[in-house]
Amino acid sequence: MSDQTQLHIDGQLVRVKAGSSVAAALRIAGGMGAARTSVTGQPRAPFCGMGVCQECRVQIDGRRRLACQTVCAEGMRVETTA
Amino acid sequence: MDADVIVIGAGIVGAACAHALAQAGRRVCVLDARLGGATGAGMGHLVVMDDNAAELELSRHSVAQWRALAPRLGADCAYSPCGTLWIAANDEEMAEAERKQQRLGALGIESRLLGAAELARAEPALRAGLSGALEVPGDGILYAPNAARWLLAQHAASVHVEHAKVEALEDDGTLRLADGSRRRAPQVVLANGIEATTLCPELPIRPKKGHLLITDRYPGTVHHQLVELGYVTSAHHSDGDSVAFNVQPRPTGQLLVGSSRQFDTTDLAVEAPMLARMLQRTLDYLPGLADLNAVRAWTGLRAASPDGLPLLGKHPWREKLWLAVGHEGLGVTTAPGSAHVLAALMTGATPDFDAAPYAPRGLREVA
Repeated sequence: MSDQTQLHIDGQLVRVKAGSSVAAALRIAGGMGAARTSVTGQPRAPFCGMGVCQECRVQIDGRRRLACQTVCAEGMRVETTA
Repeated sequence: MDADVIVIGAGIVGAACAHALAQAGRRVCVLDARLGGATGAGMGHLVVMDDNAAELELSRHSVAQWRALAPRLGADCAYSPCGTLWIAANDEEMAEAERKQQRLGALGIESRLLGAAELARAEPALRAGLSGALEVPGDGILYAPNAARWLLAQHAASVHVEHAKVEALEDDGTLRLADGSRRRAPQVVLANGIEATTLCPELPIRPKKGHLLITDRYPGTVHHQLVELGYVTSAHHSDGDSVAFNVQPRPTGQLLVGSSRQFDTTDLAVEAPMLARMLQRTLDYLPGLADLNAVRAWTGLRAASPDGLPLLGKHPWREKLWLAVGHEGLGVTTAPGSAHVLAALMTGATPDFDAAPYAPRGLREVA
């Protein structure tokens, strides 16, 4: 089994260590690691890392999930703008 | 500032009272202990309720006032004129929808009956097989904590808000604050919801706990405030726990999901079995909710009076004290009408409608 996982974040191919959370992958993908945009247009990023703050909501394979509570899977498609 | 009136409580009812009193030319000091209450915990619905003539008059007057204020409300008040759909699950409830339309129509309140197909077109997320609905387009929703702040800010020269906890009402009408100081004014309004009984244990107010849950943003899922017609039955049980289907589309695209009722607990913990019952009831109407993410669930306490009407008027034996309490789950709706009645009584004016049904009642003499 590979020790690497590949997934797509907003169409960009990202390679992470197997077992990484999507929140970690967002950071590795670059920039601020923003996960979502607030109703007033502010970028929001993973904050608490333990499923409480709800700031890391992203669309994963068509479903809204918390990036910090989701482990990266091969070929996963993550959208931060959905 | 030397205040003419001290209002205890800066929630939606206290804020509306301060606003109405300032409009009547009074200088108002609002004292708030920042304990939080129903204003911050509730749904913020503006809904005409017609369980009895007095409730209908108060809610009709109030919703009309909110509609008149709406164009001036700050954007953060999140007012939305979404209207209410009272959902009929079967023919019996559809007959009730027709009776409700007659009751509202008799007072000139606009409403429209929707058949099953029309309802399905209006709200495709509802399950199939419902009988129809009564649409009340004049209803709406808002974000009550900001609406309260907006009301308090409208007469900045004559309404002064202070963070202070009132610890006792002395017999001569003096207020004793937590910092040991005292305050006096010719008139005092008690408008602090469920906390009112700590200052006036004789009030016939009981806590009625409710759960709410809010989802992530799913714009366009629901268009109207949706309430089951069975709500009236479940909302007015005076004992036992109950749930009812009640969902609002917030302007953010989030869905605010209610509602539950429990007596005789002041424990604010979210109770999983109660939340599960409430959500199961929601799924009976909106099966797609199961695929949506919840962001947060919380609880609050409604200040319930025995007959469901607020207590508005002079306290029968406490000097200088006026009451604006016991609004239960309808305080955001009825705050403007309540404030209108109370400010009229306090300033010797005549209210636009009969204040007698709301006069303080059921108070117990306590040793």
